[in-house]
Amino acid sequence: MKVMIGQGSCGVATGAKKTSNEFEKLVAEKGLKNVVIDKTGCIGTCYLEPIVDVYDDNGALETRYVKVQPEKVAEIVEKHLIGGKPVEEYAISDVDKTFLEKQKRIVLRNCGVINPEHIEEYIARGGYESVKKVVTSMTQDEVIDVIKVSGLKGRGGAGFPTWFKWNEAKKNPGANKYMVCNADEGDPGAFMDRSVLEGDPHSLIEGMTIGGFAMGATEGVIYVRAEYPLAIARLEIAMAQAREKGFLGKNLFGTNFSFDLRIKAGAGAFVCGEETALIASLEGERGMPRLKPPFPAAKGYWQKPTNINNVETFANVPWILANGGEAFAAMGTDNSKGTKVFALAGKIKKGGLVEVPMGLPLKEVIFGIGGGIKQDKQFKAVQMGGPSGGCIPADLIDTPVSYEDITKTGAIVGSGGMIVMDETTCMVDMARYFLDFTRKESCGKCNYCRIGTKRMLEILERITRGEGRDGDIELLEELANKVKDGSMCGLGQTAPNPVLTTIRYFRNEYEDHIYNHKCTAKSCKALIRFTISDACKGCTLCAKKCPVGAITGSVKQRHVIDPDKCIKCGKCEESCNFGAVVRE
Amino acid sequence: MTCKKSECQCGGNAAQDFSELAPVLDKYAKVPGSLITILQKAQDIYGFLSIDVINHISEATGIKPAKIYGVATFYAQFRLQPIGKYLIMLCKGTACHVNGADMIEEAVCEHLNIQDGETTEDGLFTLNNVACLGCCSLAPVMMIKTNDGEETFGNLTKDKVKAILDDYRAKEA
Repeated sequence: MKVMIGQGSCGVATGAKKTSNEFEKLVAEKGLKNVVIDKTGCIGTCYLEPIVDVYDDNGALETRYVKVQPEKVAEIVEKHLIGGKPVEEYAISDVDKTFLEKQKRIVLRNCGVINPEHIEEYIARGGYESVKKVVTSMTQDEVIDVIKVSGLKGRGGAGFPTWFKWNEAKKNPGANKYMVCNADEGDPGAFMDRSVLEGDPHSLIEGMTIGGFAMGATEGVIYVRAEYPLAIARLEIAMAQAREKGFLGKNLFGTNFSFDLRIKAGAGAFVCGEETALIASLEGERGMPRLKPPFPAAKGYWQKPTNINNVETFANVPWILANGGEAFAAMGTDNSKGTKVFALAGKIKKGGLVEVPMGLPLKEVIFGIGGGIKQDKQFKAVQMGGPSGGCIPADLIDTPVSYEDITKTGAIVGSGGMIVMDETTCMVDMARYFLDFTRKESCGKCNYCRIGTKRMLEILERITRGEGRDGDIELLEELANKVKDGSMCGLGQTAPNPVLTTIRYFRNEYEDHIYNHKCTAKSCKALIRFTISDACKGCTLCAKKCPVGAITGSVKQRHVIDPDKCIKCGKCEESCNFGAVVRE
Repeated sequence: MTCKKSECQCGGNAAQDFSELAPVLDKYAKVPGSLITILQKAQDIYGFLSIDVINHISEATGIKPAKIYGVATFYAQFRLQPIGKYLIMLCKGTACHVNGADMIEEAVCEHLNIQDGETTEDGLFTLNNVACLGCCSLAPVMMIKTNDGEETFGNLTKDKVKAILDDYRAKEA
């Protein structure tokens, strides 16, 4: 019997380590010699963490327990591990099971199934077979052809055909070429790559080695965010194991192809998602982009032919080589093949990692898999593509998730962040949030990006403060288009997207702020006020909680808020048990 | 430079002991493209990059101090001021923002009487807003980092944050 405890960052944050320790302690105390305690990466259903899977002696999943806090462990050990009867009340419900059943897992095929620190478990599921086949029996062109047939596009955001990049890098002459993995995942609100790194690092290593073979590289570099300490640790373990088995290093599988990897920890800069900026950072410089061409495929890292893909792209590669390009291309739409992993978060009931075939309508992802909006509030919009993307409104919820369809809405598929918003999210504030992010992350090279984003942010801040002026919306649009045109790299070219899409779909909210001094979502502090309604029972709790003494009233009498004193902290609203404090 | 010797706790003189950094410099000083790695390791050892550390790295690598300063100020990870024992990394990612990260920041600021980037007077806590910790489905999230490791806290509320900070304080008492 095996007990697997999900220990990705999300699991650990909800106390999975304590749960695991408790299992170990009790299993030892009871002397259960036939029970193995093990760990796995992210299972995907983050909202149910900590998750514990119990496998029978044949390796089949017997029961999945959810929200297993340490205090539940004793009962599971007693009744299930010893008594042989699962504790049904802690097991995953049928409704929650659908979260995983509706997905198609290729990138995440091993996440939550294997222990990422044991290479044998990866091998047992067909791992390193693809690279062996490639290195021992295929030519570079044959590999590139398979990827071409599969239609795989870069999953980092730009959606560029992977085979084309590999082929360019292959065609450029040179003894030293580099295969680089962008594992910097700069989009705030996305964690697909983290989960793969933590849950299945070997698939990345294998994918990079296959790519390295195809383009003729002998060295690979993985550029990982320093904020992902667990991912770096697991990757280091995986690389050491791969070397020991002869899957990395000199003369792989007895051929004369050699390939090895090393890790570079990124130091935190969103602009390093741009290829040339990433290369500058790898070389120890400030991560500032440069003009293209020459493209990295011709002159990249140390001026040598270099190819850069992100984690998810590489994780697809071993599967494609094992199952054939046609099998991958059979999924998805005409121009978007295969599956895509999304990080579903925000005001969603069931947040987590979702992998679906391209072309599935957004509605299926948000309501079918994600279970709809928290507290059953009204769905307002979904933000896709992070700071470079845009907000897709509720009436476009039937849009299929594919590169071409999402781009039509003004957003982008991006790296896969999907932030769901409800009626209480202010769209002007959302635009302000993203602009604040891109303004800080602008490297400062291009004037329009450096100064333009700053000016746009000032206007948005003014609007959310209730000081918007007639003509602000038009000024924002004008600036947005200039910033797009006047910036050299993707950061500046896409930074205005959140502003443009929110103006396009939620112009009324901007107008409400500017002309009616009203925040439609009742979220911008400067534009709301609190009052107390008839429902007040005069319990005095709010008056006690008010930090500035703005609430007066005697016991059993309706209380009153002095608007001049009120600082709109919302403590009265939080504390009222009768829903008598009204936000308007 | 922002690191003024009078405020800086780096000792402020060239006699500082750099022996801990020596193995790092031995390994990387002459390897092209290693500046960021050296700075990361130096910050791990000393907690921040003082002017003396920057000068020392400059001597060992031959890279001008101005260039090192340029790199150090470009990336969010590097600090030029000392930090407290507990580094609070408060996530300001999109999911956290939508789920009330600003409220959590308010609670931390109120409770510890510091702003983003500042350290408490007793030198225990430093608050740093970070772009994203990648635990989006547990938003709002924060990570507390010490020399021994880090702990992540999710589904935060104002009260929960205060209780967590009090727990850390109590450990010190």
